[in-house]
Amino acid sequence: MNTFTKEAVQKLSASLNEPEWMLEFRLKAFEIYENTPMPTTKDEAWRRTNLRQMKFDEFGPSINGDAATDAALPSFLNQQLTADETGGNLLQVDGVTRDYELSEALQAQGVIFCDMHTAVSQHPDLVQKYFMTEGVSVSEGKFAALHGAFWRGGTFLYVPKNTKAAAPLHSVLWNENGRTFTHTLVVLEVGSEAIFMDEYASGNSDAQGFHNGVVELLVGDNANLIYAGLQDFGANMWQFNHERGRVGRDGKLDWVTSMMGTRLTKAFQTMELDQPGSWGRMSGIFFTNGRQHLDLDTQQNHNAGNTVSDLLYKGALKDRSRTVWQGMIKALPGSQKIDGFQANRNLMLDRTARADSIPGLEIEADDVKCTHASAIGKLDPEEIFYLMSRGIPRNTAVEMSVQGFFDPLMRRIPFEGIRDRIFGRIVEKINM
Amino acid sequence: MTALEVKNLHVSIGDQPILKGIDLLIKSGEVHALMGPNGSGKSTLAYTLAGHPAYEPSAGQAIFGGEDLLEMEADERSRAGLFLAFQYPASVPGVTLAKFLRQTINSRRQAVNPEDKGISIPAFRRLLKEKMDMLGIDHKFAGRYLNEGFSGGEKKRVEILQMATVEPKIAIMDETDSGLDIDALRIVSEGAMRLKEELGMGILVITHYQRILNYINPDYVHIMLNGRIVESGGPDLALKLEERGYDWIREKHGALEEA
Repeated sequence: MNTFTKEAVQKLSASLNEPEWMLEFRLKAFEIYENTPMPTTKDEAWRRTNLRQMKFDEFGPSINGDAATDAALPSFLNQQLTADETGGNLLQVDGVTRDYELSEALQAQGVIFCDMHTAVSQHPDLVQKYFMTEGVSVSEGKFAALHGAFWRGGTFLYVPKNTKAAAPLHSVLWNENGRTFTHTLVVLEVGSEAIFMDEYASGNSDAQGFHNGVVELLVGDNANLIYAGLQDFGANMWQFNHERGRVGRDGKLDWVTSMMGTRLTKAFQTMELDQPGSWGRMSGIFFTNGRQHLDLDTQQNHNAGNTVSDLLYKGALKDRSRTVWQGMIKALPGSQKIDGFQANRNLMLDRTARADSIPGLEIEADDVKCTHASAIGKLDPEEIFYLMSRGIPRNTAVEMSVQGFFDPLMRRIPFEGIRDRIFGRIVEKINM
Repeated sequence: MTALEVKNLHVSIGDQPILKGIDLLIKSGEVHALMGPNGSGKSTLAYTLAGHPAYEPSAGQAIFGGEDLLEMEADERSRAGLFLAFQYPASVPGVTLAKFLRQTINSRRQAVNPEDKGISIPAFRRLLKEKMDMLGIDHKFAGRYLNEGFSGGEKKRVEILQMATVEPKIAIMDETDSGLDIDALRIVSEGAMRLKEELGMGILVITHYQRILNYINPDYVHIMLNGRIVESGGPDLALKLEERGYDWIREKHGALEEA
């Protein structure tokens, strides 16, 4: 029985002691959810992703069970990113904060870094202003609306005007109960800077799990954000994400996405370049195996002239897994002198895997530079032989070659510890 | 004392026989030169001995250090002490030269002891610096992706750097001299000769030109034609080729082909 009901929205909001405005927001979103049909393969954006095997009726709102407080967690979750300079660390289990610290330096700067519920109660003005207003809208689709109604947990990062966050921020959203609705909201005011690693993960489970997430990255004029969203859910998770970055005049958003887990992922990721001088880079790293299905819909919207976007998504595929990358660069009329690039490269480790790569351009200005590239390739046997001819066993040679495929993107993740962990996961998946 | 003994080796690519019975014996500390016109099968021999999967012997044997080389995977051959300096080394995007060299060392250690944690970073840095200096390679290359965007000459130096790192017992140098200017040729040749003097490495130099043999002096010279070694002799054979070309060889052994 479907437990996504109006009563459930009210119950969730009450259990979180939310102010009236947030309850109203949720109820409005719920109405939109109810009036929006479940997407099917007849919808253009969903043509290549079939939800038939999803047991949606078994999903429900995130519940605050004992797991959130008692679960034994993988040891890596508590590892700090930067051994010698603690910034902000936030560990949540099923939307409930387990560990939290924010350095004095960051506090003194007025940097706000906390879980979303704390933000609602302590910084209501900021949340009301930015929560699903400028980034993702509840009316973008069934799952965006569902998220608006049932969001739970996640991270709020706010950096005040002309402030360079003294240290990187790190949040880990761990899921035990198989229902996660996390919300990431980042607001960088004019002239500010931050580095934020946002990880979401879970263990494996026999029952289907559900992640319905939203990520909003709002980068003001002259501001500079490095954001890495790193997903490593268990193999039976179904993930539906709406993510949007928005960049102001002369602002910069360097956005890295890594996707390793889930049974199925459908994510919409959009970069809005709003003012002259906006710069946005999107880097995607994914590795699918088994029967994983990963469908990434990216958009680079050049809403003003003199804007630059640069997208490179790379995937490796094994077994009977399937990936879809559908990319679009859009330029509004009058968006002259823009530079847009998109590329998708896929490395097929098995013949039974399948990758669809669909670039697209919608350009309504005439003085632009927009290019795209896509490629589907296999491991190069000459490369493997060359490595082997130096005494490196075949398996290690394959691991090196696959790591090499991802290396240029990995270098965009600013922390060695995280890079090593992702490389570790890739090696693990190669050998599965 | 390690020997590479090739006996009556036959290799076909598809239906096309390329090697038609090669016999060759290379011992530690010896330098053999293998010469011959394009298409005579020299590189096929090199690839076959190194274990390239596309070169499957149809008959014959290769014994290396008393073991059946042809039964071994390419990586086992390398760890047993056979080295091929490639004529056209592959590039490995995303893998730095340093990471790669470190893995070649660690794979050797781990083949002996699977628990081995590998060479320490400081020890590896020292080793790499020393070998790079010996071959006049800029230290910056350590951080570059292996062979990617390297010039022909840089690739050849890096092949010899790999040789110096893994210290093989027998090395095959497949047209290492092509694409090298005279200074690079001298440095690379001196590097190889040092390994021969210090380690007693045996060398098979595959070349078209006498030039490299001025630096790596051969004890034996073999001439290959149409998949067979048709002449073997001392260093003077290479000089004779330089002077007279291959026509006299073709005339002398051409009949063989038509038979």
